[in-house]
Amino acid sequence: MSFPWAKHYEPKHPLMRWMDEKLPLPRLVYNAVGGGYPVPRNLNYFWNFGVLAGAALGIQILTGVVLAMHYAANADIAFHSVEHIMRDVNSGWLIRYAHSTGASFFFIVVYLHIFRGLYYGSYKAPREMVWLLGVVIFLLMMATAFMGYVLPWGQMSFWGAQVITGFFSAIPLVGEPIRQWLLGGFAPDDATLNRFFSLHYLLPFVIAGVIVLHIWALHIPGSGNPTGVDVKGPQDTVPFHPYYTAKDGFGLGVFLIAFSIMLFFAPNALGHPDNYIQANPLSTPAHIVPEWYFWPFYAILRSFTVNFLWVPAKLWGVVAMFSSIALLFVLPWLDASPIRSANYRPLYRKFFWLLVIDVLVLGLCGVKPPEEPWVRISQFAAAYYFAHFLIILPIISRIERPLPLPASISESVLGGEGQEAAPLGQTA
Amino acid sequence: MVRPIAFLAGLVFVAALVVALLMPREAADITAPQIFHKHPRELHLASDGPLGRFDRQQLQRGFQVYKEVCSACHSMSLVAFRDLEDLGYTKAEVKAIASQWVVEVPSVNPDTGEATTRKAAPADHFPSPYANEVAARAANNSALPPDMSLLAKAREGGAAYIYSLITGYAPVPAELKKRFPDAVPPPTLHYNPYFANLNIAMPPPLVADGQVEYGDGTPSTVDNYARDVSAFLVWAAEPKLEARHRTGIAVVIFLLIATTLGYFAYRNVWAGRKH
Repeated sequence: MSFPWAKHYEPKHPLMRWMDEKLPLPRLVYNAVGGGYPVPRNLNYFWNFGVLAGAALGIQILTGVVLAMHYAANADIAFHSVEHIMRDVNSGWLIRYAHSTGASFFFIVVYLHIFRGLYYGSYKAPREMVWLLGVVIFLLMMATAFMGYVLPWGQMSFWGAQVITGFFSAIPLVGEPIRQWLLGGFAPDDATLNRFFSLHYLLPFVIAGVIVLHIWALHIPGSGNPTGVDVKGPQDTVPFHPYYTAKDGFGLGVFLIAFSIMLFFAPNALGHPDNYIQANPLSTPAHIVPEWYFWPFYAILRSFTVNFLWVPAKLWGVVAMFSSIALLFVLPWLDASPIRSANYRPLYRKFFWLLVIDVLVLGLCGVKPPEEPWVRISQFAAAYYFAHFLIILPIISRIERPLPLPASISESVLGGEGQEAAPLGQTA
Repeated sequence: MVRPIAFLAGLVFVAALVVALLMPREAADITAPQIFHKHPRELHLASDGPLGRFDRQQLQRGFQVYKEVCSACHSMSLVAFRDLEDLGYTKAEVKAIASQWVVEVPSVNPDTGEATTRKAAPADHFPSPYANEVAARAANNSALPPDMSLLAKAREGGAAYIYSLITGYAPVPAELKKRFPDAVPPPTLHYNPYFANLNIAMPPPLVADGQVEYGDGTPSTVDNYARDVSAFLVWAAEPKLEARHRTGIAVVIFLLIATTLGYFAYRNVWAGRKH
């Protein structure tokens, strides 16, 4: 599952040799993220975000486990138990703000990771399975984040749960029973809170499991790279350690600085003030908005405002919202271009940036109240979103004339300077 | 096979959206809040910014305003008397404040088991001025005075909003009376352009200079009361703010150094390797 020139694990210390015979865990680590995993030498900083997403999950699990020691999943006292953490638990404010800010930063790095994949064609053969597992992780993250946001039992928690579980009631005939089954009642209440807490604690470990599969699948073909050209020989790669551990270490530092600035100096900037009001089923907030990382999908949901082809608008919205993510599952087969990197796809590159702007516009529409001009803008943006993936991408891959690819990674890096003094990775 | 199906699905979604896009919109009525609602005025507090720290004198004055004015109707159930030590009060002072609090704490008579009340102790949270929500609404024209513990974090605009709201009561503008006769507040509501729907149930709480007598030489003006109580509510909502700022500065400095070292380690590892 690796290149023939990958270095082999050779334990020197007798203890490590003994360990290697009984349980070759160090060997596994060495081959996964150590000197035994050859990686293209030309990765840019956009290849840091996988490791950063892993770090963000680690922060969430660590802080989450401690929060669960103090939190009470009971509709009567959940809100107060969170305030108890903020006021009376030693450094409780730090742990809770790290968890709430950490959720946002998890999504920030995952969105950058996804768009990296879209730009550099990471979803294409032979890495389709890596991409599919990534979409599964993304879906699990969204479910986990949604249920986590319900736990403080503030106004937005309650009404968010009301709105999101309400999606299921759009399904004809069985919708309402499904909604009640999910909630454990007619409206969000104690039963809802308890099951959401249970699942919110479970799903991160499921995510961790799928991440193992994600990395496993990645290691079969090896990492992609900004040129999209396959690795041809040892001169194209460097061992993951120390080269990319060093680079990821620096990237992690930058990530933690940005994270800390938000955590310590603006911990509530990405939250909604209404969630500091205890849930009240009798008082609906003026505008129900989800967390920022759901805004684009919320905008797609709300942009379907007319009944069309005998299907009610609400059902269209729900179907479209789920489809907007589900279509990522078929993306590897929609884009038929054999060229991976957008650097060599002049036409695709333009549409890629259009998509980035489109998603940002959708996000803006998602946070605005459903009034003009935002509804019309969101309808336009949502139409582009679907057209981009389902119509434009397949056409581009047919008509585009790609730029000439470099012969190899090392050629693109060295730019015709010939050989370096020492073969890479040999002296490290 | 995937592409033709995707193409059709894409066309259907786009068609549904284009139909929705072309639907004529009903002209939305202009409402009074759209014209008369004001954004909060600026308020600068010592606790603002990454290096911000509380002005303890101001917090004590703000607490005095809360105690003498707001607490008549607004509970603050998440804050305990012991927390007041953060404001610079001594243990003895806190004990005195608790035992002299006008509202007593619900309790049980140890001999008969009957419900009774007792004087508050430092470990108690601020007792609520009303026995329950029904009592609170009954006393306030069926409006519920919100708990103030988290108010500074639970409102868009935070402290500036609170400051603007309590100093923002005004006569109903003549133009509003003319254009939106339905939006003129009934006698039980009060016009306030900083409130979302312009009509707030709370009567103006701070009405005259000298209403609260400051002991530290700060002019006893309505504007000062409003500033001080807003600062106090920032503390009540976020009592660990100073620890957060302090820790944050240390963490960011540490990370800047560590990341700089990390950068040089990275450059060192890659020295001589083009990439």
